[in-house]
Amino acid sequence: MQQRGMTRELMCMRAGQELLDKGYTYVNLGIGIPTLLPEFVPQEAEIMFHGENGVLGLGRVVEESEWDFDLSNASGEPVTTVPGVSYFDSSLAFAMLRGSHVEASVVGAYEVSEKGDLANWQGPGIRTGSPGGSLDIAVGVKHVIAIMMHTTDEGKPRIVKQCSLAITAKGVISTIITNLAVMDVTSQGLILREVAQGITAGEVQVVTEPKLIVSEQLKEIAL
Amino acid sequence: MINKIYSSIDEASYDIHDGSSVMIGGFGGIGSPHNLVQAMSGKARELTLICGSIGAIMALKDVSCIKRLISGYVSTLLAVKEEWARMAKMIDEGEIGVELVPFGNFVERIRTGGSGIPAFYTPVGAATIFGKDKETRIFEGRECFLERALRADFALIRAHKADRMGNLAYRKTARNYNPIMAMAADVTIVQADEIVEVGELEPDCTHTPGIFVDRVVHVEPALTKFARVRKRT
Repeated sequence: MQQRGMTRELMCMRAGQELLDKGYTYVNLGIGIPTLLPEFVPQEAEIMFHGENGVLGLGRVVEESEWDFDLSNASGEPVTTVPGVSYFDSSLAFAMLRGSHVEASVVGAYEVSEKGDLANWQGPGIRTGSPGGSLDIAVGVKHVIAIMMHTTDEGKPRIVKQCSLAITAKGVISTIITNLAVMDVTSQGLILREVAQGITAGEVQVVTEPKLIVSEQLKEIAL
Repeated sequence: MINKIYSSIDEASYDIHDGSSVMIGGFGGIGSPHNLVQAMSGKARELTLICGSIGAIMALKDVSCIKRLISGYVSTLLAVKEEWARMAKMIDEGEIGVELVPFGNFVERIRTGGSGIPAFYTPVGAATIFGKDKETRIFEGRECFLERALRADFALIRAHKADRMGNLAYRKTARNYNPIMAMAADVTIVQADEIVEVGELEPDCTHTPGIFVDRVVHVEPALTKFARVRKRT
């Protein structure tokens, strides 16, 4: 099913704005869609992107023909790096996350609940799973932004009252960016802050399980 | 004279036997000792393999040599390679036992295993299935659980440069789990892209001191170049 609203690239662009607005310097990028993000943040901003595979200073994803086989992002994709990049072992990579040295993280998600519970390590109907670094991120990083498609390919909500999949961590997500909207997780509930171009608040609510609180300053996402 | 150089992969890995536990370096296959892994299949069975993700063992020709897998990243990769469909089936049928460990706990278990610390408390995964049935304690208001250190009979790792004393240097993100695993095995076997003279490695830039290394074998980095393991889904 063709999903409406923003493409993954536009979602990354919107997430990039969020990081710039907050003035972060050290930002982890989770495995999946988030590793596309460096392309959409100006290098002059000097955000040092952290890859849990042992790199601080990730650049954009490049073609396989340009691949240095000893260098990748956390998704295993060929990348460039920025001036000031450093490499380190996995023990240090996770110390940066767990020890709260990394200020923010952008992660992929299967489901997020209205309380900010995150489910992103075990897909539906899977016996094993891929926790990777997601639990370390959830424990140590203060601002965790989920970037995800608003629904499953079948149109089922992925922003839910309670996660049906195994939980990565409770109450860890503070901002959700989907192809349709930007939402903040608050103690009152989910606040709908922005909608994608051509999408109404009502349309977002239809594909969202919990009741959304529409912000008085609701606006269209401007990129 | 200290000389840890072996002339072939077979000689360097001659004693990996049935039932061995083997750590394998690399993150998603980047920095993995693919030639050592390839040589291991067919030599020993009933293996316990300890690797960050199954990308580290993509060179394994026959997955039926695995009895147990301790890893942090399994399911997402199972659909990528045809041979791994067999692994998925063996996991489903219980022929391969899987112990999933979040990456940070995984590497800390190995680091402590090589550092003489038998166990440690971690907040990562508390109140999830990863901390289930484990001893818990509250520290600074946060629930933590006790994780045990992890060691292995063998560690197979890859370095960029090595000398005959076993001093190692890695390159870029190919470092990852390699220097940590080098510390935590009875026998650490290194696949090195290049062998250099003693004194040639800058002492300040030697990532793994030779004390942690038992055997070094020079491998032209042919198999270290591999097709991308995962497609964006």
